[in-house]
Amino acid sequence: MRGRCGAGNFAEIRDDHTMTTLPTPPTKKLGLVIDLDICVGCQACATSCKEWNSQGLTSAPLTDEDPYGDDPHGTWLNRVHTYEVGTGPAARTVHFPRSCLHCEDAPCVTVCPTGASYKRAEDGIVLVNPDTCIGCKLCSWACPYGAREYDYTDGVMKKCTLCVDRIYNENLAEVDRVPACVRACPTGARAFGDLGDPGSSVSKNVAARGGYDLMPEMGCRPTNKYLPPREKRATADPEPMPSLAEMAAGKAGLEKLFAWVDKVLS
Amino acid sequence: MQPVVNLSPPPADEVKATTCYMCACRCGIHVHIKGGAITYIEGNRDHPVNKGVICGKGAAGIMQHFSPARLRNPLLRTGERGKGQFKEISWDEALSLASTWLGDVRRTDPKKLAFFTGRDQSQALTGWWASQFGTPNFAAHGGFCSVNMAAAGLYTMGGSFWEFGEPDWERTKYFLLFGVAEDHASNPIKIALGKLKARGVKIVSVNPVRTGYNAIADEWLGIKPGTDGLFVAALIQELFRTQRIDVESLCRYTNAAWLVVQAPGTAGDGLFARDAAGAPLVIDRRTGLPRPVPLFAARGEGGGEGRPQAPALHPHPLPAKDGENEFLPALSGDYVLADGRQATPSFALMAERYMGAEYAPERAEAETGIPAATIRRIAAELATAAFDQAIALDQPWTDWTGTRHETMTGRPVSMHAMRGVSAHSNGFHTCRLIHILQILLGSIDCPGGFRYKPPYPKSVPPAIRPMGKAGKTAPNTPLGGSPLGFPMGPEDLLIGPNGEPQRVDKAYSWEAPLAAHGLMHMVITNAATADPYPVDVLFLYMANMSWNSSMNVPAVLQHLTAKDETGAYKIPKIIYSDAYASEMVAYADLILPDTTYLERWDCISLLDRPISDPDGPADAIRQPVVKPDRNVRPFQEVLLDLGARLGLPGFVDMAGKPKYPGGYADYIVNHERAPGIGPLAGWRGTDGKSFGRGAVNPQQLERYIENGAFFATQLPPEARFFKHANKDYLEWATSVGFIGAPDPVILQLYCEPLQRFRLAAQGHGGVKPPEQHRKRIATYFDPLPFWYPAAGDAAPKEDLYPLCAITQRPMHMYHSWGSQNAWLRQITNENRLFIHHDLARKHDLKDDDWVWLTSATGRIKCQVRAMDGVNPHTVWTWNAIGKRSGTWGLDPQAPESQKSFLLNHLIPDLLPEGAGGYRYSNSDPVTGQAAWYDLKVRIEKCVGDAAREISPKFATITP
Repeated sequence: MRGRCGAGNFAEIRDDHTMTTLPTPPTKKLGLVIDLDICVGCQACATSCKEWNSQGLTSAPLTDEDPYGDDPHGTWLNRVHTYEVGTGPAARTVHFPRSCLHCEDAPCVTVCPTGASYKRAEDGIVLVNPDTCIGCKLCSWACPYGAREYDYTDGVMKKCTLCVDRIYNENLAEVDRVPACVRACPTGARAFGDLGDPGSSVSKNVAARGGYDLMPEMGCRPTNKYLPPREKRATADPEPMPSLAEMAAGKAGLEKLFAWVDKVLS
Repeated sequence: MQPVVNLSPPPADEVKATTCYMCACRCGIHVHIKGGAITYIEGNRDHPVNKGVICGKGAAGIMQHFSPARLRNPLLRTGERGKGQFKEISWDEALSLASTWLGDVRRTDPKKLAFFTGRDQSQALTGWWASQFGTPNFAAHGGFCSVNMAAAGLYTMGGSFWEFGEPDWERTKYFLLFGVAEDHASNPIKIALGKLKARGVKIVSVNPVRTGYNAIADEWLGIKPGTDGLFVAALIQELFRTQRIDVESLCRYTNAAWLVVQAPGTAGDGLFARDAAGAPLVIDRRTGLPRPVPLFAARGEGGGEGRPQAPALHPHPLPAKDGENEFLPALSGDYVLADGRQATPSFALMAERYMGAEYAPERAEAETGIPAATIRRIAAELATAAFDQAIALDQPWTDWTGTRHETMTGRPVSMHAMRGVSAHSNGFHTCRLIHILQILLGSIDCPGGFRYKPPYPKSVPPAIRPMGKAGKTAPNTPLGGSPLGFPMGPEDLLIGPNGEPQRVDKAYSWEAPLAAHGLMHMVITNAATADPYPVDVLFLYMANMSWNSSMNVPAVLQHLTAKDETGAYKIPKIIYSDAYASEMVAYADLILPDTTYLERWDCISLLDRPISDPDGPADAIRQPVVKPDRNVRPFQEVLLDLGARLGLPGFVDMAGKPKYPGGYADYIVNHERAPGIGPLAGWRGTDGKSFGRGAVNPQQLERYIENGAFFATQLPPEARFFKHANKDYLEWATSVGFIGAPDPVILQLYCEPLQRFRLAAQGHGGVKPPEQHRKRIATYFDPLPFWYPAAGDAAPKEDLYPLCAITQRPMHMYHSWGSQNAWLRQITNENRLFIHHDLARKHDLKDDDWVWLTSATGRIKCQVRAMDGVNPHTVWTWNAIGKRSGTWGLDPQAPESQKSFLLNHLIPDLLPEGAGGYRYSNSDPVTGQAAWYDLKVRIEKCVGDAAREISPKFATITP
């Protein structure tokens, strides 16, 4: 058994099965929009996130267990999965970045027995207070997206903070006040903004591209949206080429080619 | 109650700009430092390469810097080679010993030093050091990477992809992507793909595997490895058949009209017909008579004297007016020259070849697996984009003849290709075919097409010949020029009187005549077997030659440890410099520990491998962001020190004192390769205001640091396109020292230097290949590119080895450097052999089942994973995950050594014996490029107890 806390401590379960309350739904809903059309799976978001959050600026640094050993693993707030969908001509390879979706109905918050897991009233970011987290892991069981990771070294739950220590950080240039993953992404597959504001560029892009909720049936009402892959482009009506019957290759075609070139030059 | 969160923690005490080295891409980075330690690395928004972004590797660079695999002290071997037994020694001892070894070689026979520098980004220095030392045996890793791409481009159009040019990402309307190594323009391609998709530009990927970039392409063509050339040639046939080529640009910019002598059996056959002054002849369509190409009549080949006196060859606009000086050349027909010989325009020869049945889409379908109908449709799409969606920029420009054009017309189709096509033994011709496809479509350095990056284009090929001919190397004597260059014919080869190779890697011999980047992959084998001769010192930098950078690893390990009858190692002394405890360390005698990339000065020089943008040149530096906490020194500083200890010319002053006592930074600022031209092009001159040429500026590095560790300048708008023929560009490029004279760069569809080699093989000229090489030279030195099956006659039997086997790098790793990284190895620390579902069914294989994979060279045991997005006749895996137990600072039981494998063990270093018993290296016959991807294998399910362990397993190297 790793870490100092196991699952447990079910005291004080309230009648409504809610242990921590959600705030009045905030009007500002900060989140990410992830474009599955252009993610190439390079892991820049994952390692940039790991790097920023390993500094321990606001919360305890992300840790690694046995990083040079026979079973290296550690805490990551963002992971990219690559898998294939379908077989044959319709098949595609999907790169799927996965992190906390900062849900409006965040079960990871309501399940928290200590109030450590909370959703910020002012912008909807879901955070964990490491001082009151007891590492019971209820939240990670409650999250249908598997977005929370238990830090075995610190014995607390960790999750995407939407880089709350970047996005308002007055010590950073304004242009850099975005999550580290967004700042890094080489293809531009990640965007950050207020999804509560229909006029924001992220909201407009979601509307235009048919952005969708991940697993809406879970009822969590995630803030983050995913943009589906665009339709594959067939080049619009290539100019019809002469058929082989009209125009052959080989010796006959060669003479026709030379005659055509000659005409072009005349 | 919400807790109070500090929303504005100070992120850094200090931010320093430098250049990434997590792969070959060389992005600009900002490094955060807090409490004296590196805490965070992000992309530099102003940098021309990455424009602020960073990739998965770059953002994990911090863990490379803190890696426990970092070497800490100079080491001297105490046990047998390969055992990993060393004692720590001082730098003074290490450098004394190295200079004694090297000095002995230089005093007696400098070519007994083989100096090969791997993934070196300082080849302008390392190559010059080798030259001043006097050994021709120098190269970096290009020979086992992508020299086919570079050489084919330089011999065709004076440029190539990646460092030499790229698609016009902003304007292209159709993009064709062939197998690419992710680090060969990492972030620029990613940035561009995102933009192309947003603009609705169709992306077609031609790749046996549908991962990474190929996953987001609009159309994935899962081609059989090694058949890309045939696919491209079939596209060309289809464009010819349907009369969809840019005739005007062929006349104006290429040698399509130049007459080729048709006199089989004579010494002039297949060469261009020339006048008495050496100017190529074309046929004037008005008169039907030959006349010289004026440009070359005025200058002579390779000349730079004077301006062309004669009128323009290619008037504009077409059709020609009746002016006295304007005429149009013929592109077809047979003509009789004044001397009675027959001649034909090169275009006609080319058309004849690609219109032949062997390049029909139906034949290509059978070999490539891409349906003929798809090939025809792709050709139609290319033509539609090029000709029906042509664009015109409202930007006047002046061509090299002085003719002004009101607009810049673009044919917006673009392509990128790299290692996947390069690393085959038919790669040179395949890469030429790709360039020729683009030239036929008229999309060279035009809006929306391929764009050169200054200092390219250069003359075709660049006017540098390799040095080190027989009898030209001598004790204590510099080489007199660059060890690497571009032969124009047999007379430029480095061979002895009987055709024997002069370089230990056999570069520039009949085995690999156009080996523009050398053959690093053959050095150990050749040196140990004294074929062509033994060396005394093997000096390697940053290349894991005892592991994932060598073919046939078991054989290479034997060579590294082989002893003669006296018990001495056949390779007597091996010096190795690296920052990390790689597999190679245990096989060296003297280790010179390098710094990490954040602890050093470097220059990303225009003299070397530029990072320019098509709109203007750029170069960059690395600065030490922190001081090393170990007893290590940057390799370049060590090389300068050794140069001074050896008294190499240029490394010491008149008094014999070190010329660059301030180390590499001193050299970067103060070294001049030619008057006014040094490693960095920006902020030259005493006032710091010159670019390219200018006096040494003592403040130069300060200016770079202030500017974010790079310099970039923009060409004026009239000089940004048609650089190969643009008067303003060519004159500017001459003024800053990029080219010797403002000559236009004529695109060489027909490659005459190749024909010169072929003629020699047919018995003509003074320098002829020995009998055993003649057939091979005559076959592969075809002046028009052709397709042949990879490995040619040496290919193993299809029924024994029916599957192609290839590797690629994960996007988040760069060779073995990346796969040791604490974070990156959490993402990938085991590899599997990926196979198609159909193949899995055929062999009754489930995921993680064990298989034997057998080639003609060896066999390995590994686990499989089935997938859809792979060519059904191809198996593949991630490269360089597999490590040797005990290396890289990892636990000896790490999954990288216990569950991961290399395909290298299956890849032959030498091909089977041919006629006369000679064994060629497993390389392209033209360039010597390592043919990693020619590998053919068979697969068998492995059952029983034996099926639980990787094979082969190598003994643990005691860390």
